[in-house]
Amino acid sequence: MSQQDHAAGTAPPDRAVQAWISGLLSGPRLFWIGLFVVTWALSTWSFALYKALDARWIIRFPSAYELGLEDWISSFVSWLSDDLSFGLFTFRDVTRFLSALIEWPYDIVRSLLIDGFAVGQGQQAVEILPPLSWLAIIAIVVAIARYAKDWTLAALAGGCFAYLAIFGQWESAMVTLASVLIAVPIGVAGGLALGILAYRSAAFEGAIRPVLDLMQTVPVFAYLVPILVLFGFGPVSALIATVIYAMPPMVRITTVALQSVPEEVIEAGRMVGCRRGQLMRKVLIPTAMPSLMVGVNQVIMLTLNMVIIASMIGAGGLGFDVLSALRRLDIGGGIEAGVAIVVMAIALDRLSQAFAEQRLRPRPDPSLPIYRRYPIATVTLAIVVATTLAGLSVSGFRAYPASMTITTGTIWASGIEWINVNLFDAIDAVKTFLLTWLLLPVRQFFNGIPWAWGVIVTGLAAGRVGGWTLGLMAAAMMLFIAASGLWAKAMTTIYLTSVSVFLASLIGIPLGIWAGQNARANKVIGAIIDTLQTLPSFVYLIPVVMLFRVGDFSALIAVVLYALAPAVRYAALGIRTIDPELIEAGKVTGCTPRQLLWRVKLPLAAPSLLLGLNQTIMLALSMLVITALVGTRDLGQEVYIALTKADVGQGIVAGLSVAFLAIIADRVVNALARSSRERLGLK
Amino acid sequence: MARPVLLDCSGVWKVYGPNPTAFMKKFNDTPGDADLAEHGMIGAVRGASVQIGQGEIFVIMGLSGSGKSTLVRCLSRLVEPTAGSINFEGTDLLKMTDDELIQVRRKKMGMVFQHFALLPHLTVLQNAAFPLEVQGVDRATREARAMEMVEIVGLKGREGYYPRQLSGGQQQRVGIARSLVTEPDLWFLDEPFSALDPLIRREMQDEFLRLQSMLHKTIVFITHDFDEAIRLADRIAVMKDGRIEQTATPEELMTNPATPYVAEFTRHVPRSKVVRLRSIMSPGVTDAEVAGDLPGHLTVADAIDQIDGAPYPFRVVDENGVPLGTVDAEAAINVMVGRSG
Ligand SMILES: Nc1ncnc2c1ncn2[C@@H]1O[C@H](COP(=O)(O)OP(=O)(O)O)[C@@H](O)[C@H]1O
Ligand SMILES: [Mg+2]
Repeated sequence: MSQQDHAAGTAPPDRAVQAWISGLLSGPRLFWIGLFVVTWALSTWSFALYKALDARWIIRFPSAYELGLEDWISSFVSWLSDDLSFGLFTFRDVTRFLSALIEWPYDIVRSLLIDGFAVGQGQQAVEILPPLSWLAIIAIVVAIARYAKDWTLAALAGGCFAYLAIFGQWESAMVTLASVLIAVPIGVAGGLALGILAYRSAAFEGAIRPVLDLMQTVPVFAYLVPILVLFGFGPVSALIATVIYAMPPMVRITTVALQSVPEEVIEAGRMVGCRRGQLMRKVLIPTAMPSLMVGVNQVIMLTLNMVIIASMIGAGGLGFDVLSALRRLDIGGGIEAGVAIVVMAIALDRLSQAFAEQRLRPRPDPSLPIYRRYPIATVTLAIVVATTLAGLSVSGFRAYPASMTITTGTIWASGIEWINVNLFDAIDAVKTFLLTWLLLPVRQFFNGIPWAWGVIVTGLAAGRVGGWTLGLMAAAMMLFIAASGLWAKAMTTIYLTSVSVFLASLIGIPLGIWAGQNARANKVIGAIIDTLQTLPSFVYLIPVVMLFRVGDFSALIAVVLYALAPAVRYAALGIRTIDPELIEAGKVTGCTPRQLLWRVKLPLAAPSLLLGLNQTIMLALSMLVITALVGTRDLGQEVYIALTKADVGQGIVAGLSVAFLAIIADRVVNALARSSRERLGLK
Repeated sequence: MARPVLLDCSGVWKVYGPNPTAFMKKFNDTPGDADLAEHGMIGAVRGASVQIGQGEIFVIMGLSGSGKSTLVRCLSRLVEPTAGSINFEGTDLLKMTDDELIQVRRKKMGMVFQHFALLPHLTVLQNAAFPLEVQGVDRATREARAMEMVEIVGLKGREGYYPRQLSGGQQQRVGIARSLVTEPDLWFLDEPFSALDPLIRREMQDEFLRLQSMLHKTIVFITHDFDEAIRLADRIAVMKDGRIEQTATPEELMTNPATPYVAEFTRHVPRSKVVRLRSIMSPGVTDAEVAGDLPGHLTVADAIDQIDGAPYPFRVVDENGVPLGTVDAEAAINVMVGRSG
């Protein structure tokens, strides 16, 4: 062994290096380093190779073998919507019926909140009932918050809604709220029903799980395209897309919540002679209620997120304001609407969370008259009736008087302008630095990888981590992407995702570790992260575009901000849940705090860190698609273009490609987390 | 004492694993322990037979994992036995349709669980009334019935509380009230006091005996605590690895353990905790002066403080208060110090 001879003859410091190198080259590490070196070499020289061999297929998937799935799907969908008939009725009739089914309650809620009820059309319309007064709506929100928790929450929620009125966002906000009020009950009821089915039938659960997985990984834009084609542009399409997007977590949470009802409680129900339906209604669902409410909270937040995105297919409301402001580069207007979304998100989140925390509500004394049993409800009802009736004659009750609105648009605009003038150099320096040293090299690396090797290396890496079935699946998925002619865009997606995940982890994990070790830091960081997580993804784009203009860099910043939360949260969780005895053992052994962190805490927190990484990747991918709006050239852009052209095939294939990347990443990181848990002897 | 048999189960098996029915068929419903191991099956209950008489306290005792819970769930058909037969009041429980079973559970069975299994969203009163609610009894009636039960178990004044606001012992009282509100004939208790602190456990045992002296239920009581078993039981079935090792009265278990395993349990138990006043009394009704009445099922250990401090012997009576004989301090002390009298 020449290496060893060499090592034997050198001085001690060299020997350490030598040992390090031989450590690298032995066993499992060799595999990974070899894989990287080959990939790097092929990536660097692929273009030269293609020129030298005149083999264009090296860098481009041969177009003769492309799948052509897009056309297939497109013609299938147009067949569905134009030709399919079930005898008595056509597919078109079905979609129209569904539209009507959703449109009807939506119109009622919208009339109630903002439009008022009228008979007749257009100019001839005669109003028969005014909408609820803005004061009435605020009163209702306050009362609900008071019922859910306390006066503090009531003040917060009332304040948020008052903000919407005072700052001139009321009308758009109510349009958005109307969508939320329709989509949430449908999403919750549907999720509950499917979740119960999955709980009762293992076969159904097995069938629905992959569908849910796919629905949660297919980028949101991809849903929009077929819905747009089938249901047309408008609020109904937006609502359908929203429900589809917001329902899967409810299904999952319902199944898990029912499964975690203690066996004894179910047996108690059976022993008192419950029938199947009684057991579900009277025992399982009430016992699982706190967890189910967590699901409801999720549905609400996802609904809000999606309603905003769905303004692209006609949802209107705050999302539409943001979108059009972005398109006009109207800084002030965009930020105003964005802040309004944030305010609304916070109010809805805190409200639904308060319902999730189970509390004891004393039963009112039944001997009292009803208005004394429910004093707050009575007062609220009085306010609602009084202010709404007053709105008939005094328009200030009906809608917040326009003369009293405060607009902050110009302040924001000048603020951003000030930043752009005074901090331009500093911002630009950071931007240039990151572009030159991080973004461009990584982009070159990924874009250079020849597709054939890309397929192979993904298969090898995934197979090494998670077994050969995973490897084969990963390779097949990558091949699908290549054969759909999307290789280059997929590589851009991977490059942007990996850079943003890297940056999010770089920032998030230390923050999480800090929060995990320090109660005060945990409180502050936790509050910030909670708020970041409630913000609909759209909101992240606004300040970023204002400051950095369009392009990869803006996308990167938005994605990092959006995907930061799980990195922080899981790191903190991982540190906090370490068995205190192990830490004491470390201290007794004489570890310095630094050693304690690196030698004890971090290795033990590894599984949790990996789960955080998994979540970070998923969030990054989902946000990345949305950043197509600010001009990235990745798969997200492909979906976005499909949406603007209403090209179903293109949208679905590109959407599936994103989903495949997400699924590969998810399975690989989960396999890593599993093996690290096993190594640590945790279950 | 010959009691009419209320629940008769014979050759009951519960086997977990792939395709248990075919497995049982292959071995003609009597697989050995080696057969189970060889086929990777878990025999949670292995050929258990018990006859439970009307009005008796039948205790199933065994260490954790010995199959007690599974057996008692077979008896109530919460778990479907793999083989065997179970007769309840003369009808075959295993042949009952779902509807019949629901009726039997609604009217004739009650069960108390180790971890209370209360519904967190209902108050004490609503929890106790729950079995009646399921049967569709109207609210006023069921809450009145439940209130009686809540009073009987000593929770009067707390009927508006939620389970989370109660201590473990109080929660189990609610569990007991719930299980008794339908006035069942057959009462299952699966380690009802095992989750409680020792002091509370003792108090709950006394409470249990007090209730039974009022209600005269037929009881199947599960425990892993031998002291608890001998304190409460009319008869004990000792379980090990899914099999019943011996079924006997506490005193028979002490004097005549069938297997070394049973003997191991009884070895360190003082006789005074097992021997009942009924067995050491001088039979016959006397007119001589007595210090008071003591129930015949009390153990010597439970009664010694009273007997020892009294100037006269005590009269021993049965459940209905009919005098059976007398017991004096000397007889009791003989048992306490291990002198054969
Ligand atoms: N659903 C099940 N699947 C497989 N094994 C079970 C199941 N339920 C119980 N067992 C096994 O049966 C044995 C007896 O369990 P159990 O009746 O709960 O014991 P005990 O109540 O005496 O502690 C245990 O070894 C347990 O692991
Ligand atoms: Mg048990």
